[in-house]
Amino acid sequence: MSPRAVQQLQPASTDPALIRNFCIIAHIDHGKSTLADRMLQITGVVSDRDMRAQYLDRMDIERERGITIKSQAVRMPWALDGQTYALNMIDTPGHVDFTYEVSRSLAACEGAILLVDAAQGIEAQTLANLYLALDNDLTIIPVLNKIDLPAADPDKYAAELAGLIGGKAEDVLRVSGKTGMGVEELLDLVVASIPAPKGDADAPARAMIFDSVYDAYRGVVTYVRMIDGKLTPREKIMMMSTKSTHEVLEIGVSSPEPTPSKGLAVGEVGYLITGVKDVRLSKVGDTVTTFAKPATVALKGYSEPKPMVFSGLYPIDGSDYPNLREALDKLKLSDAALVYEPETSVALGFGFRCGFLGLLHLEIITERLEREFGLDLIATAPSVIYEVTTDDKKSVTVTNPSEFPGGKIASVSEPMVKASILAPKDYVGTIMELCQGRRGTLDGMEYVGTDRVELHYKMPLGEIVFDFFDHLKSRTQGYASLDYEPIGEQVADLVKVDILLQGEAVDAFSAIVHREKAYAYGVLMTERLKKLIPRQQFEVPIQAAIGARIIARESISAMRKDVLAKCYGGDITRKRKLLEKQKEGKKRMKMVGRVEVPQEAFIAALSGDTETKDKK
Amino acid sequence: MGSALPLGDPAPADGRLPEGTSELSHGHPFGVYVHVPFCRVRCGYCDFNTYTSSELRGAKQVDYSGQAILEVEFAARVLAESQIAPRPVSTVFFGGGTPTLLPTHQLIEMLRAVDDAWGLATGVEVTTEANPDSVDARYLADLAAAGFTRVSFGMQSAVPHVLQTLDRTHDPERVPQVVGWARDAGLQVSLDLIYGTPGETLDDWSRSVDSALAMAPDHLSAYALIVEQGTKLARQIRSGVYPEPDDDLEADMYELVDARLDAAGYEWYEVSNWSRASVAADSGAAPGSSAGPRPDALTGPATPATEFRSRHNLAYWQGHDWWGIGPGAHSHIGGTRWWNVKHPAAYADRILAGVSPAAGRETPGADSREIERVLLLARIRSGLTIDSLAPEARREVAGLIADELINAKAAFAGSIELTLRGRLLADAVVRRLT
Repeated sequence: MSPRAVQQLQPASTDPALIRNFCIIAHIDHGKSTLADRMLQITGVVSDRDMRAQYLDRMDIERERGITIKSQAVRMPWALDGQTYALNMIDTPGHVDFTYEVSRSLAACEGAILLVDAAQGIEAQTLANLYLALDNDLTIIPVLNKIDLPAADPDKYAAELAGLIGGKAEDVLRVSGKTGMGVEELLDLVVASIPAPKGDADAPARAMIFDSVYDAYRGVVTYVRMIDGKLTPREKIMMMSTKSTHEVLEIGVSSPEPTPSKGLAVGEVGYLITGVKDVRLSKVGDTVTTFAKPATVALKGYSEPKPMVFSGLYPIDGSDYPNLREALDKLKLSDAALVYEPETSVALGFGFRCGFLGLLHLEIITERLEREFGLDLIATAPSVIYEVTTDDKKSVTVTNPSEFPGGKIASVSEPMVKASILAPKDYVGTIMELCQGRRGTLDGMEYVGTDRVELHYKMPLGEIVFDFFDHLKSRTQGYASLDYEPIGEQVADLVKVDILLQGEAVDAFSAIVHREKAYAYGVLMTERLKKLIPRQQFEVPIQAAIGARIIARESISAMRKDVLAKCYGGDITRKRKLLEKQKEGKKRMKMVGRVEVPQEAFIAALSGDTETKDKK
Repeated sequence: MGSALPLGDPAPADGRLPEGTSELSHGHPFGVYVHVPFCRVRCGYCDFNTYTSSELRGAKQVDYSGQAILEVEFAARVLAESQIAPRPVSTVFFGGGTPTLLPTHQLIEMLRAVDDAWGLATGVEVTTEANPDSVDARYLADLAAAGFTRVSFGMQSAVPHVLQTLDRTHDPERVPQVVGWARDAGLQVSLDLIYGTPGETLDDWSRSVDSALAMAPDHLSAYALIVEQGTKLARQIRSGVYPEPDDDLEADMYELVDARLDAAGYEWYEVSNWSRASVAADSGAAPGSSAGPRPDALTGPATPATEFRSRHNLAYWQGHDWWGIGPGAHSHIGGTRWWNVKHPAAYADRILAGVSPAAGRETPGADSREIERVLLLARIRSGLTIDSLAPEARREVAGLIADELINAKAAFAGSIELTLRGRLLADAVVRRLT
């Protein structure tokens, strides 16, 4: 048993040999935040009185969903054999959409705790991050969490972990983040087995940005890992990718509240505040150096955040459009990966075409817009980036089906991913069926432990963003987990399917799909709309078309009767109020040509509510 | 019981009408509606304000005419105190409920009270609703002798299974008989039909229309069944006993009745009402009519003619003045509408205490009044003149012609006349004109 450290080491003057930088790799609900909480408590940086569940997860959404969207670093003192050490725990985001951010967090560490739920075993996401950690040459400490649970099967999963990373099952540490059992041993092991950081204290300063967050009061807070040299307060610094310069207004460490220091030296992890208001000026992966004595070579691994998934976001109440713009402008300050531009839609009015890192990113942004800014939003079906070459050799980048060029198309290429799906072996058949239906090709499969299988598929990203994960979850009772990474592009027989109401295309429903699926999509949407659009005074054909060719057709027969039979003395007030209400309702109708469509119909058609209702 | 009253402003206990009512009332004919809130049984589709004996909580049918007469006297005082110029009564209408559940002397006493209060105009139209099984020859003759001119029978259907679904208790065979008695008594006869009853086929409906025509009524109303919230029928549809009404079938039924009636020489004059063409006085009265010269309700006192349309109902649609007597009755005088408390016991309490029985009232502003004017007159054949419309509404006229919702010839002549298609889509037309 280690006692709490009696005295903390001072930042800027800590011997790198006494520093340990590590992160925790874990699946969403495997208890990472709870374990982190226990470490904060046991090392004494958070008093028992101030402790609140999931201390590090700052956003409401994070705390509610039990996931970490943004990372943070905490410096904790720990003593082993009479020597005090400084432990920097870097909390990594836990989802596939944030792989790049994860990779930067990993690059800031020398070791990683691989934390696995003793009742569930490892998940696909965790495996993917584990590979990333091994790629970064991190020392891995395998740990089973939640061993206090009755359903825990530590022997089985210890063997599984040992099989994955080598070593012996007995060496897998067993802890409970909830009760604190085993956590002190874990901290000892961090000190004992994770290497100390190395760097050149005399070289020009180089610090890697592994996170950058916007704080409404302080502006952007940039989290860095010092590699070489030293950074001090009031110093002029430079971002190596943009050459932009800023003055360091504050520098310090989190423990876990921001604590200003005299600087940061080799191997240390801390934060910088320069007064900039936009995270784009302080991007994850970039290298910070000093203006006076700049480094010549940037740290490797920097890449621009690249949106993969696009969707139109529209306020349900059109008058909220300026509020949506303002909200996006604010979110952009804290999210360098969010991109957007104004877009108009016949069906949905004014909105924004937004680019996201992935589906969860889309979901989180939408939820934050709704929750933090009180907006009611509708999102169009997610789309990916297509490269379309026309017959006259023009190349068009399409992130929105409405940009799909008309006329002859020479080729269309779509982004591909390598998808890894981890699931109990009983579900292999149903997963294969699903993946084949989504144009996936099997790249191999392997057992993880004795009863779980990891399947590798090459698949178009476009197939994954379109409700693939929902289907995967429902086919496997929620047991399957999914990870994917881009692996380039492929040329495919893709077409744009338009949905026409009385001959007018409804932009929000156009989709780029594989030719073989065009008919199914056409039938699905025309049937859906037929159920949702009220009858008009004339017949309304609903068609699905590829170019000028109609591939599916439904029609809404004309409304023949719209009259109240009786209107006598006592009915007049009631009738007038009904009419006034109908006229009010008519104002909220969207016009597609002459067809009046209630906005709710578009929303329901986009969200697929009709089928869900049928199932009930 | 029945549909809820509208939400409105509180009504003053003395019934006094707002300032300005007198001007808005000026020049309009005046009618009286008398509600009789009793039925032997409640029909499953009905949401009217009516009560069977078990629901009356101490209010008694025998006391009813006395209470109604007190309201007539109260009305005369309120109108005089509100400086409304006195006018003789153009039309009186006894509705329900089932007015003919009361003995004739009660109905006659109430009519006398109306006469005593304001006087009956020359050629006054006095109508009562009747169930075919609640009257006989003597009953009808007594009414006619006392000045009643018109009886409206709730025939609804000639098909037994349809009547049964509607909870109507009369024997369809009895209808021609009571129509004959009414005619013998010199009363004009109107028949009410309902279409769209769950389970009713187009054939059933055709039979009912033919049966009605065989009786050669002077007037006919055909209403699509409205499933009102809170009725037994609404519950039966919700629980799946009966299917939802089918608008397309109802449209077919409307087209059928309109074609049959047109072929038989009837004219539509409101979307749900048809009458025999009016006859000039000197060309001889129609069979069964107690014809006398009557002012034309649409154009005021002009050519004396036998009028077969319901002038009382036309008065509602033309925004004339009427006072509704009885529980739940609605009134309209010079732009103010009000409605009485619904339960007969509550009504009796108020009336006997000399307090206005109004539960609430409203005086719609100019915009709402214009909406009411358009929505009511558009339903009447050439009831709405294009000149009277606001400029934006006038701009819709060409589109309505193009969509075959209104008659082009009538429009060129200056009035809105719905086509057959337009009558079926009248609410949509009204939305475009308001």
